[in-house]
Amino acid sequence: MINANILLVVSLAYVVLLFAVAFWADRRAEAGRSTWLRSPLIYTLSLSVYCTAWTFYGAVGFAARSGLEFITIYLGPTLVVVGWWWILRKLVRIGKAQRITSIADLLSSRYGKSNLVGAIVTILAVVGTTPYIALQLQSVTLSFEAFNQVSPAASGGGVRNTALWVAAGLALFTILFGTRNLDVNERHHGVVTAIAIEAIVKLFALISVGVFVVWFVADGPADIQQRIDASAISQFDVDGSRWMGLTFLAAAAFICLPRMFHVTVVENEDEKNLEMASWAFPLYLGAMSLFVIPIAVVGLELLPADANPDLFVLTVPLSQGADGLALLSFLGGFSSATSMVIVAALALATMVSNNIVMPLYLRSRAGDGATISGDVRNVVLFSRRVAIVAILTLGYLYYSVSGGSRALSAIGLISFAGVAQVLPALLGALFWRGGTRTGAAAGLITGFTLWAFTLLLPNLAGQSAWFGPIMDNGLFGLAMLRPEALLGVTALDPLVHAIFWTMLLNTLAYIIGSVSSFPTPLERLQSVEFVNAFDQQSSPKGWSQSRAEAEDLLVMAQRIIGGRETQRLFAAQAQTQGKDGYLPDITPAFIETLEKRLAGSVGAATAHAMMAQIVGGSSVSVEDLIAVADETAQMMEYSNQLEIKSTELERTARQLRDANQKLTALSVQKDAFLSQISHELRTPMTSIRAFSEILREGELSVFEQKRYSSIIHDEARRLTRLLDDLLDLAVLENGQVSLNIEVDAIGDILDRSIAAVAKKDTKLDIKRRRIAERIKVQTDVDRLSQVFINLIANAQKYCDADAPVLHIEVSQVGADVIVDFIDNGSGIDSPQQAVIFEKFSRLSDHQRAGGAGLGLAICREIVSKLGGTIRYLPGHDGAAFRVTVPKALALAAQ
Amino acid sequence: MTGVQAKVLLIEDEPNISEALTFVLARDGHDVRTHSDGLTALDAIKDYGPDIIVLDVMLPNRSGFDILADLRASDFAPQTPVLMLTARGQKKDRDMAIDAGASRFMTKPFANDDVRQAINALLRQTGNHA
Repeated sequence: MINANILLVVSLAYVVLLFAVAFWADRRAEAGRSTWLRSPLIYTLSLSVYCTAWTFYGAVGFAARSGLEFITIYLGPTLVVVGWWWILRKLVRIGKAQRITSIADLLSSRYGKSNLVGAIVTILAVVGTTPYIALQLQSVTLSFEAFNQVSPAASGGGVRNTALWVAAGLALFTILFGTRNLDVNERHHGVVTAIAIEAIVKLFALISVGVFVVWFVADGPADIQQRIDASAISQFDVDGSRWMGLTFLAAAAFICLPRMFHVTVVENEDEKNLEMASWAFPLYLGAMSLFVIPIAVVGLELLPADANPDLFVLTVPLSQGADGLALLSFLGGFSSATSMVIVAALALATMVSNNIVMPLYLRSRAGDGATISGDVRNVVLFSRRVAIVAILTLGYLYYSVSGGSRALSAIGLISFAGVAQVLPALLGALFWRGGTRTGAAAGLITGFTLWAFTLLLPNLAGQSAWFGPIMDNGLFGLAMLRPEALLGVTALDPLVHAIFWTMLLNTLAYIIGSVSSFPTPLERLQSVEFVNAFDQQSSPKGWSQSRAEAEDLLVMAQRIIGGRETQRLFAAQAQTQGKDGYLPDITPAFIETLEKRLAGSVGAATAHAMMAQIVGGSSVSVEDLIAVADETAQMMEYSNQLEIKSTELERTARQLRDANQKLTALSVQKDAFLSQISHELRTPMTSIRAFSEILREGELSVFEQKRYSSIIHDEARRLTRLLDDLLDLAVLENGQVSLNIEVDAIGDILDRSIAAVAKKDTKLDIKRRRIAERIKVQTDVDRLSQVFINLIANAQKYCDADAPVLHIEVSQVGADVIVDFIDNGSGIDSPQQAVIFEKFSRLSDHQRAGGAGLGLAICREIVSKLGGTIRYLPGHDGAAFRVTVPKALALAAQ
Repeated sequence: MTGVQAKVLLIEDEPNISEALTFVLARDGHDVRTHSDGLTALDAIKDYGPDIIVLDVMLPNRSGFDILADLRASDFAPQTPVLMLTARGQKKDRDMAIDAGASRFMTKPFANDDVRQAINALLRQTGNHA
């Protein structure tokens, strides 16, 4: 038999292990070796903070009381995670872009960096979460009792103390690993890693109990199936409206619960992690729910009728004498409870400090008319630590006062419905630009009030006679205002009734409030950034000019995000601005970057107010400055919009103009090309036709006959050459060339080229340096030779010096071979140098040489196919061309 | 052969075409002179004072259209008939030639006889010959 001492030692050992893991992970992260700590797997496991003690113990109780209904609690999150593309991805994207630290911060930021909205959400979250924390404390105490075989009624101070010690231990852990530092990103590697470990422990424990129940208590799946059919669980009716209501509630809670928002959005390192979570997390939930029904059925069979079904996971193994398994199961429940409390306390403390304490603190400082003074950083950390202790104390008090008597699942659902009130304002924030601060506040307050009236009050009414009359006769004695039958709606289940009314009126209030109020400029800007999170980068905005000195900002920033971090940020900004030193210019972009960074530590509204104080001047109140900021923002937004509009128009006009120009140019090019071809073909044909007619008519001297037929012959050859060139060019330009890569020395290629060009009567003297020509190239040797032939032939035709000389110089630069062809003629005028590589750009006097003006165009195409360039080298006396080709043309480059 | 003899100025930069036309027109008894540059073409016209001009469109340095336009606006030979030859066979080239004031327009390659007959016809129309 396991006694209280062993249980205590095991729990302590487990807690020490968690501390060690968290400590180790934090150290690793600090050392910059946190890669796998941020893997999608760890992220997915950390999502399991959704599965609290309520899920671990309560699901079995839920199943024992209402059959399959417990599945809805898993179905809701599954729908959200599978549809991550729609909401979660956007939340994560915005969370990163705006450096969001909590769900209250998100709504505050979206609704004009409003303190009001942030504070409402924070209060709602604290009120909604406190019973839930109490629930976790209760579950731990209950599980202790299960071992001690002590009835709750007789437990007295000892059990209460268990809850107290657990609360204190969790506060210590959260403070140690959650508020060690004021991290810019609000990311806590240690905490998340510990949560991931706990996720594995609780899954393993629950499955172990399940396997035990199915294969050791019962005789395998078939037997279990029979037992299920025989039990009351299979008799429960499935109520459609309750199913839908519960699924909706679980989905909403998954998004809105502060702790869920914290792990899904704030602790998210990489948007891609969602992809794995989208299938792995539903799998996790599936595994968690696999054995719920078997355990419930066997528990109902084995244990006395008055046994608490919420503890079947523990009591079934205990009743069978499987103490070790019960201990494992206890650790699973303990993990579920502690992970929830730690993350919830962390998330709530961040919200309380950023959305309630800091605004009040700043307001009190602003009253002195002074700038931010003192170490804000310490104030933030201190307020968070106090908030953690306060939240856990609150949870403990709730547990003590409520007596821990309610069924776990009832408290869980009420809590879910409470935080779900954030949903309309949250969805509006993401998808509706028209949502305003007034609307958000109206919706939140309406939903919250109705929730308290329709769910919280009936829940409390069971324990206090004071509320009885309201339950029976309605508020102020009006039957229409009965908490569980508003406006006479009595047909619905109380929970569905509450979900229906709170969500309906909450959403209505949000929409009406939004439509009937006018958004501040800041709200409008933020609404654009949120709703269009995917298609625009945030643009510099807010402050156009500033009188702030960079030093002032540096001093302030150091107090919040620490000296080293601040200097790194400032230096990086200065570097992007192209400035030396560590003080950047106070540009709007810089201010916005800094503000977002600060928002990561103290929340959006606070960061904005602090920036306002420094950037806006020193001796005005926060309200004044915010008003100034709003005006500036309004003007900036207006001019931004104008600018965007006019940029858009300009761009459209430019695109049209460009398209038109392109079309015109293409058409002109086509016409010019056809004209050129026509001209080049018709000219030799004209000579041929004229002289052949003359020859046909006869009466010519032998000399004339000979001369005219040789002209016809030459012109016919000119035509053929032209057609060859045209075809060659067409093939090259269409990219249909297959290169034949070989290796050869440049000198050998030049030898063959010169031999191909050489005319008997040429005067051209070609000067070469054989040693340099030994370089080997791997390329299409024939094509390269074609280029050389063209260039040498050009020198032969056009070099007009009395003693024409062509220098061919070969050199190697890096991986390229350079071949220069420089003659001593009169060269090419600079205006013409620009066009010589174009088709038909033949220079005047061409007829003497008989080219069609396609040679250099062909050369250019070939060289480009060989991965190189050809260009005219200005600055020489004669014509000078430089061919550059890679020494080794990769086959893949073809 | 038709008995009409005149001074013909051939402004054409392709030497083989010049040679062929000179041969054909000289055989008809015309007094043929050739010129191959666009820039100095007007001077050549002023110098020689031809009865008829055969003008190529694509000339080095200056286009036949520009030369013709200047000639029509000149004080020395605004009425001289001009037969334009072009190797660019598009309709708009013909339109441009007629707009610039060409008396006739022919596309290369041409039949020698067509050129001869066109020249003789133009000479008869103007009657301005020796």
